Amino acid sequence: MDIATLQALNAARAGRRAAVVFTDLETGQGHLCVEGERCPDEWVDAMAAALRSGKAGIIVAAGRSFFLNVYLPPPRILVVGAVHISQALARMAPSTGFDLTVVDPRTAFATAERFAGVELIAEWPEDALKVRPLDRFTALVAVTHDPKIDDEPIRAALAAGCFYVGALGSRKTHASRVERLRRLGLADDAIARIKAPIGLDIGAASPAEIAVAILAEIIEALRRRDIMYGSEERR
Amino acid sequence: MQASIDILDPLAVAEAWVGEGRRVAIATVIETWGSAPRPVGSHLVIDGAGNFEGSVSGGCVEGAVISEAADILDTGKPRILEFGVADETAWRVGLSCGGRIRVLVERIGG
Repeated sequence: MDIATLQALNAARAGRRAAVVFTDLETGQGHLCVEGERCPDEWVDAMAAALRSGKAGIIVAAGRSFFLNVYLPPPRILVVGAVHISQALARMAPSTGFDLTVVDPRTAFATAERFAGVELIAEWPEDALKVRPLDRFTALVAVTHDPKIDDEPIRAALAAGCFYVGALGSRKTHASRVERLRRLGLADDAIARIKAPIGLDIGAASPAEIAVAILAEIIEALRRRDIMYGSEERR
Repeated sequence: MQASIDILDPLAVAEAWVGEGRRVAIATVIETWGSAPRPVGSHLVIDGAGNFEGSVSGGCVEGAVISEAADILDTGKPRILEFGVADETAWRVGLSCGGRIRVLVERIGG
């Protein structure tokens, strides 16, 4: 790989664009293809398959062997609600490799003091999503308990194919949420993707324990699903 | 303002090292069989002084990869290394987990 290829690859990764590098195993020459940019015709299919599976491996093309490495954007957690659980989750997420952003229009909750060192956007989610757009590599965690704040980002996350959409609230709270989302015109199979009550069922009680349950559920969604296309279970 | 480099990101480290004028090799796991500690695509980066970041195994074969990298930095010729219990180097290095891996080592060229 030459330095220009390495720099272009790192720039794509920093810009949250998926990328594939084809390395000729004979010569070591590397070719970079970035999602959404032109890629030589003979590699288009291999690149699409690699982005879908996220799996690196060796391919043979025109009698030559290439190692194909896949670089998917680092997963991001977008938390709606600057609440106690979010404070705990904001501490844990970086250590497991997730970027994390907290959004809450309630400025009493969204204070720099409560979220030191955390990316915090004290705006309505509709506005925050213009700065931090949702994508397939984003997990949405809605924990305000307030339909005025939670519902729209949940709808947007389902539309954007976020690999995880979780919402805080009891079964009863969720049942009324489902009714509201139906009235917004969401299909039942989309609504069924919402994880609610949020978090793996480990009997979590404290905010920090609930944060662990949420983070574990996010990791499960990330590792057991086809992240590019969302719907297919891997196992 | 330049953001600090995440030392857990080998490719970012490689770019930073090249920027400092260091010679840099990248080792990448290209195939695995059996229970391999790091998945295909994992990187280890090595400079001319033997400094390294990242991993291609759980620490079992990094030493051997680093010493091979010194050669590759000199010649510029990429090489594929294979490690496993059946390897003739098994007594020195090998994967205690019983798997086998192939590692591509290449120099970052100008």
